[in-house]
Amino acid sequence: MTKRLGNNTLLFPSKPVITGFYSVVGKKEWEGPLRQWFDLTVGESHIGETSWEKAESKLMELSTNGALEMAGISKEEISVFFGGDLLNQCIATNYTLRTLATPFIGLYGACSTMAESLIAGAMCIDGGFAKNVLCATSSHFCSAERQFRFPLEYGGQRPQSSQWTVTGSGATILSENGTGVRITRAAIGKVIDAGIQDLNNMGAAMAPAACDTLCAFFEDTNTTPWNYDLIVTGDLGNIGKDLLRELLFQNGYAAQNLEDCGALIFSEDQDAHAGGSGCGCSASVLNSYLLKQLNQGKWHKILFMATGALMSPTSALQGESIPGIAHLVQLEKE
Amino acid sequence: MKKINQNEYQKMVSHLGKSPWITNVIWAFFVGGAICVIGQVIIDTAKNMGISQEDAGCIASISLIFLSGLFTGFGLFDKLAKRAGAGTLVPITGFANAVISPAMEFKTEGYVLGLGAKMFVIAGPVIVYGISSSILCGLIYFFMKGGM
Repeated sequence: MTKRLGNNTLLFPSKPVITGFYSVVGKKEWEGPLRQWFDLTVGESHIGETSWEKAESKLMELSTNGALEMAGISKEEISVFFGGDLLNQCIATNYTLRTLATPFIGLYGACSTMAESLIAGAMCIDGGFAKNVLCATSSHFCSAERQFRFPLEYGGQRPQSSQWTVTGSGATILSENGTGVRITRAAIGKVIDAGIQDLNNMGAAMAPAACDTLCAFFEDTNTTPWNYDLIVTGDLGNIGKDLLRELLFQNGYAAQNLEDCGALIFSEDQDAHAGGSGCGCSASVLNSYLLKQLNQGKWHKILFMATGALMSPTSALQGESIPGIAHLVQLEKE
Repeated sequence: MKKINQNEYQKMVSHLGKSPWITNVIWAFFVGGAICVIGQVIIDTAKNMGISQEDAGCIASISLIFLSGLFTGFGLFDKLAKRAGAGTLVPITGFANAVISPAMEFKTEGYVLGLGAKMFVIAGPVIVYGISSSILCGLIYFFMKGGM
């Protein structure tokens, strides 16, 4: 049975099903517009740990445990864990795996990791290599700030185009059998670099990659934005979302049903400027707002596309531009 | 997707996400001005107590550095600086914050290679080029005066 369509699109004939999902967020995210959809807030940023990195790891531990509980399976029944985070060497994920101790493949796709892990997981299930896989990612405002930007107490002014790294984690369990939302198609993104060098404008760096993946998917599947109830990007923020809409228009697609997790997660008065970002942004919104509403039947078929700015502080100082990437999965409720 | 022309894309991007510079300038003017007024009050008070102009200036700098450190420690400095921008950055308060904030942040990596090494990660360049340029100016001045 063919599992490819065109150049970029993957088909999953067995339709891996999402049997468990869970989202954990920090205080600021909990105070935002999506509060009613999140499963848990951890409150204060340290979560009782001695470092921000350990706190982030704790977030992922909580989300993975929550997803396991919802799916009603034990961690021994997980064949592979696909996951990663923003920190150097993906330490938040590695530390979570110290106690979870499932077979593990680490991923780095910057903020695109949630979709990346879902694609890897769906391929694993559809290929018959696993019965259940766990896909998870996380980000923490404080651990990201100190690695990519400035110390927390540094008195700097953030530009309007900057985004706020979401403190949160989301975990999804994909299974061979069960009921729920299914992954039917996916598109693996390419690295696209449109020459953006501004570290405070990630939305602009990622929008061309999002456009590229979407256009490739529409061409392969011979569909248009109107064939889907919703197209939701990961963390383009308000600026990136406008740019993506404009880029899609230039390519002949009018996408009025476009949303963005980064634009949804904070309200304007929360001082997050252009919106939320980070792996935890798309992960927490997918594993709460999006999957819950798919299950409730508000939408039947959506495209979830997590976007990543593959930025490194080192290469940025060396004058390099920021490459972007976007991976897409099609989620369907039967 | 059509190939993106980088120059055209830059133009598209440059219109978006502009900073509200008028509000920023007003905030910077008043907060920066207020910090300078505090400094002047300290100098005048010290002089009234019979301290020389030079020593009074020193006391003002030390006091402002202390206050900046204290407010950084309490987690209040960044909240003010977020609005005040250059108003808190340009006076000596900004420099003190730039040293203290990494010291606080990197304490988790230990007192030597964390706090000690990372303390000057932001302020280091200011010290290096500040001292270098003052030496250069000193040398120019020295030779302009005709050497020894």
